[in-house]
Amino acid sequence: MATQTLFDKIWDPHVVYEDSNGTTLLYIDRHLVHEVTSPQAFEGLKLAGRHPRRPEATLAVPDHNVPTTDRRVDIADPLSRIQIQTLEHHCADFGIPMFSMHDIRQGIVHVIGPEQGLTLPGMTIVCGDSHTSTHGAFGALAFGIGTSEVEHVLATQCLIQKRPQTMEIRVDGQLSPHCSAKDMILAIIGHIGTSGGNGYVVEYTGEAVRSLSMESRMTLCNMSIEGGARAGMLAPDETTLSYIKDRPMAPPAHLWPQAVHHWERLRTDPGATYDRIVTLHGEDIAPQVTWGTNPGMVTGVDGAVPDPRSCSDVETQDATARALDYMALIPGTPIVDINIDRVFIGSCTNSRIEDLRLAASYFKGKKVAPSVKAMIVPGSGLVKKQAEEEGLDTIFRAAGAEWRESGCSMCLAMNADMLQPGERCASTSNRNFEGRQGKGGRTHLVSPAMAAAAALTGHFVDIRHWA
Amino acid sequence: MNPFTTHTGQVAPLDRVNVDTDQIIPKQYLKTIHRTGLKEGLFADWRHLPDGLPDPDFFMNQPQYAHATILLTRDNFGCGSSREHAPWALLDYGIRSILAPSFAEIFYNNCFQNSILPIALEAQDIQQLFDQVYADDQVQLTIDLAAQTISTPQKSTFQFSIDPFRKQCLLQGLDAIGLTLQREKDIAGYEARRKQEAPWLFQDLCS
Repeated sequence: MATQTLFDKIWDPHVVYEDSNGTTLLYIDRHLVHEVTSPQAFEGLKLAGRHPRRPEATLAVPDHNVPTTDRRVDIADPLSRIQIQTLEHHCADFGIPMFSMHDIRQGIVHVIGPEQGLTLPGMTIVCGDSHTSTHGAFGALAFGIGTSEVEHVLATQCLIQKRPQTMEIRVDGQLSPHCSAKDMILAIIGHIGTSGGNGYVVEYTGEAVRSLSMESRMTLCNMSIEGGARAGMLAPDETTLSYIKDRPMAPPAHLWPQAVHHWERLRTDPGATYDRIVTLHGEDIAPQVTWGTNPGMVTGVDGAVPDPRSCSDVETQDATARALDYMALIPGTPIVDINIDRVFIGSCTNSRIEDLRLAASYFKGKKVAPSVKAMIVPGSGLVKKQAEEEGLDTIFRAAGAEWRESGCSMCLAMNADMLQPGERCASTSNRNFEGRQGKGGRTHLVSPAMAAAAALTGHFVDIRHWA
Repeated sequence: MNPFTTHTGQVAPLDRVNVDTDQIIPKQYLKTIHRTGLKEGLFADWRHLPDGLPDPDFFMNQPQYAHATILLTRDNFGCGSSREHAPWALLDYGIRSILAPSFAEIFYNNCFQNSILPIALEAQDIQQLFDQVYADDQVQLTIDLAAQTISTPQKSTFQFSIDPFRKQCLLQGLDAIGLTLQREKDIAGYEARRKQEAPWLFQDLCS
């Protein structure tokens, strides 16, 4: 038998039908739904008199619009309220399971899937959200889709796809102390560019990748889309299995051995080839800070704001100059000299318990700088509960940071949490696009440790020298 | 879905790389539960200066491009968020085709679901088109999907490639869900087989 990549081993068993042009009807095992990208899909189904094929393979949750303040109070913004109510109505009409805003299991869709054991190796998983790539951390093929495709999956449990190309991104060696999966993925995007992964599914390999915890692997795969790849994945192993076992939606005991036997085959065969290979070394990766308006505009914390005049081509020069203008940064400024006004620790990239523990280890016994407002938003109600049981909330509050309810929050500022024009934020989220965290707001993407250190000092710090 | 066969229209230039969908339509316009009326949000932050006045340098505020139906832009157009509100907003404004050296994948796919034809051309062809539009802002292009050509008034023609399935869907305005539903027997057969092979994939999330 021909050698196969991890991707091949997931794709092939999901092909329902393939025509002579390679157009494939691909079966979808799990469909996650949130309130922003689904109302028009449900409406389309109803207009066409269609029904969800497998409502029981679908899970809905409101996350983008939900307030992170007291949930007992009604949502102030009527549009946000209507969008969440619309999701509730459609799910009730079609028998789709949903975690409501008041359910402790509610949270960011890409946090709760893994947390519930819904995300499993070998699956195809889609959601009307580009950060669906997160679930690839389990050795699943997971990617974001548009609303028309949400409707397509609801109606048919399938999608029409073309087989993508494969890219191996190997990180050899080990990350330095104080560096994390967030620094790894930012360094990767800096290396391949924001469109480097277009048309590819990425498999992350190498010692530095394999050493990552399950939650760190999610951080890594989460930002695959920021490098242009719709999906990123890594092969399941013992770390994966011990994370999944006994979670509420994981295979029950009588199916567990069969599932594990199946998952053990999910790894790239020796000699299998990828369409492109990129190699980095863990030791070369410094804590990363973005300086521009896309995640590829990034440098090490020991670096400086670049000079547009040193860019190789006119397009990059223009884009760099435009980004620096928006970010109000002067070429040559050392990254550690950039002062910040706000800190956001949260989002589907970095809002899990390990992220919060790491941030708390910095905050403990210290105070947020007087010039900074810091906000910590756990990824789910269960992450929040866990953090509170460990006393992390007390550490954050004592330091002067705000401890909020779970949701997408200021990652995209669809709820009330947003930057004011001109405010500069150290954020653990995934996008530093213009206006992403609020119109006129300036976002620097960093790891939770870097965000915590920035909150305490009021500027970026090389945490490799943190006392 | 409305078919796309041929289209002749005026071209608006958006000379920026990596235009992300957060710029095409900012988040405050995603709270709608409808897919129409989204042109209000199209490039809402780029159309206006910080003081709220229209930015005279942006194509949407320039009277010479008021009737443009083809958008000419640069690499990696539509990157970032999967929001289909981006093509909905472009369509609502009147854009029927987008020409760029490359597109982000999810956005590219979303265009086809809405009868918008995204065309990837070589960077030098895109540059040539920019030069033409800057020389004559009233230039009209004719796109012929069946022939896979773009022609300029100077009779120069650019050939483009497109996936044959996507082409057929656009030419005939096919309902993709309807097409898949014609394969119902294949899907049911697949599910029955798969349930035997991998029963844990068929657990009921409702229970």
